[in-house]
Amino acid sequence: MNHDYEYTPSNGFTKWLDKRLPLMRFADENMLSFPTPKNLNYFWTFGFILTLSLVTQIITGIVLAMHYTPHVLMAFDSIEHIMRDVNYGWLIRYIHANGASMFFLAVFIHMFRSLYYGSYKEPREILWILGVVIFLLMIITAFMGYVLVWGQMSFWGATVITNLVATIPVVGESILTLLLGGFSVDNPTLNRFFSLHYLLPFVIFGVVILHIWALHVTGNNNPTGISVKDSNDTISFHPYYTVKDLFAYIVFLLMFSYFIFYNPNILGHPDNYIEADAMVTPAHIVPEWYLLPFYAILRAVPDKLMGVLLMFGSIAVLFFLPWLDTMKVRSARYRPVYKIFYFTFLISCLLLGYLGGQAPEGIYLFLSRVCTIYYFAFFLVVMPLLSRYEKPSAMPIGISNPAIDTSIEIDEVDGDLVPSANT
Amino acid sequence: MKLSQIVIIFFSLLFMQSNENLIAAGGETYKNLKPGFSFEGPFGKFDRESLKRGYKVYSEVCSSCHGMKQLSYRNLSQKGGPEFSVERVKEIAADYFIIDGADEYGDPVERSRVPSDRFQAPFDNKDAAKASNNGAYPPDLSLIVKARSDGANYIYSLLSGYEEPMPDSLNIDDSLSYNPWFPGAAIAMTQPLYDEMVEYEDGTEATIKQMSYDVSNFLSWAAEPTMEERKSLGLIVMGFLIIFLFLMFFSVRRLFKDVH
Repeated sequence: MNHDYEYTPSNGFTKWLDKRLPLMRFADENMLSFPTPKNLNYFWTFGFILTLSLVTQIITGIVLAMHYTPHVLMAFDSIEHIMRDVNYGWLIRYIHANGASMFFLAVFIHMFRSLYYGSYKEPREILWILGVVIFLLMIITAFMGYVLVWGQMSFWGATVITNLVATIPVVGESILTLLLGGFSVDNPTLNRFFSLHYLLPFVIFGVVILHIWALHVTGNNNPTGISVKDSNDTISFHPYYTVKDLFAYIVFLLMFSYFIFYNPNILGHPDNYIEADAMVTPAHIVPEWYLLPFYAILRAVPDKLMGVLLMFGSIAVLFFLPWLDTMKVRSARYRPVYKIFYFTFLISCLLLGYLGGQAPEGIYLFLSRVCTIYYFAFFLVVMPLLSRYEKPSAMPIGISNPAIDTSIEIDEVDGDLVPSANT
Repeated sequence: MKLSQIVIIFFSLLFMQSNENLIAAGGETYKNLKPGFSFEGPFGKFDRESLKRGYKVYSEVCSSCHGMKQLSYRNLSQKGGPEFSVERVKEIAADYFIIDGADEYGDPVERSRVPSDRFQAPFDNKDAAKASNNGAYPPDLSLIVKARSDGANYIYSLLSGYEEPMPDSLNIDDSLSYNPWFPGAAIAMTQPLYDEMVEYEDGTEATIKQMSYDVSNFLSWAAEPTMEERKSLGLIVMGFLIIFLFLMFFSVRRLFKDVH
């Protein structure tokens, strides 16, 4: 695609419109002719999948809210009313409940993709930070949504997680009371969680717009991590990536449909089909699967406040990623040492997810601690050290030019690699 | 390692789940029995005759202590369930009474139930239920199959599992019964089913195993009356997506043929 291409209104109306509100120009430049690297693999389809996931959650959520009653005496039964009496209520609710899991699955792949191909590095720092903001908002939203079911896990999960706030010295207790609307999880808590659960997706939507805007300023990263040089490196977003993304989305939908239609409750906990009861504590209180890695970090630390700090720290550290990993080479393809640490990190995160679902004792606790230490060491130790000492392997000159780049110079002063063709 | 491999590992870890329902009892572990239900699998449907028999067991045995507050009598005639005739459901409902509003003097009015009414609860409230059951609350059965891991098999194992001999090493309170499928093996519910306890209309022999099976079927349906609708819609959705998938696959192939 030609970079010099420019949108030209084709008829009288679009010409008229273009002078007043260049809506068509905006759509054309951002969704149709937008130059996109031609070598993107299927890991780059998750942005599209995530956008549609958010839209799906919002639409099904709005319908669910029409039938749901946010009151401790009626919430649980109103969900059964949706499941049994509302036309296709079971479908809408299963889409929404499993949709949250699918949303997180996609966001995890999306984030690990960034981590592998260095998509957070200059000039995409803001893009990455906005992504972390979205992730944080997603966690809060999903947690509150789970509480609305008002099952045993909802209630006790809410009790455990909100009580983390109480560990904050001096003001903790007051904040907790404000958060709960009382001294324990009760009707005021359910009401405010419902209100916030309805609000936050629209906040996410806003940040997503900023995220896509930032993406369209810098352009996509790509599997080589080498910056786009000219129009030979890119193709137009439409039809190439609209079609490819749609294909990936269908694959995603097939998996999603398996859960909705054939195993809708497997990702949830059976205890959440028992109505919340403040007098009966479940044997094991576990959050939804996508929060298990963070739950494992929380429980790995013997001190409550430290556990809370580390849990929040595990997300907070992501904000500083662009400045922890200063290696100029973006893609792990050309970083043999980083690649090893990356996959160890991936396995360690999966392991944390598993450990979060086990009782915090014996070998499980020990492994949780090892993985937690590695989680932070990866960002705070490995990344800065590798940025300084790792020697990247041979790289091609550009996206369209597979010849080995011989002009890469090693800056002897600080060991930093400066691929001259890349800067 | 290639990225595709990582994806596979990621997915296998995600879907890896322990389906074991190993329950320790006096040093022994009892795994759920699997009698095999017709509703299992992607094409599964409920066995209507078994659901009808299951309702009989529920209404004549279980319902004296356990309510099913999410169900209405009309559910018994709806598609995908026991599919009793509408007339039959009216008769069933009419056997129960409900206090519905007040008359012109403000006195409560009692009337017989109609299909749109909920199942009659055995106790007025939780405290009354506890008082009649040695302090243990008999849980509502509407969602019991979904509220237990491997629900249908668990209910079947539990109900048919009272005759297991208790190990001598185990000491349980006199008010409790031994059942190795119950977590902790000591359950407040006494053996509920005995051979020939109900008389099936279709002549099926009412053994403990048969009644346990039928009532597990019935409770599975009750936990999710839309299951058949869900699975049949799923088939259409999957079929549509697979056709769409092929179309998109060839579109992508053709489109990217000239991109190098």
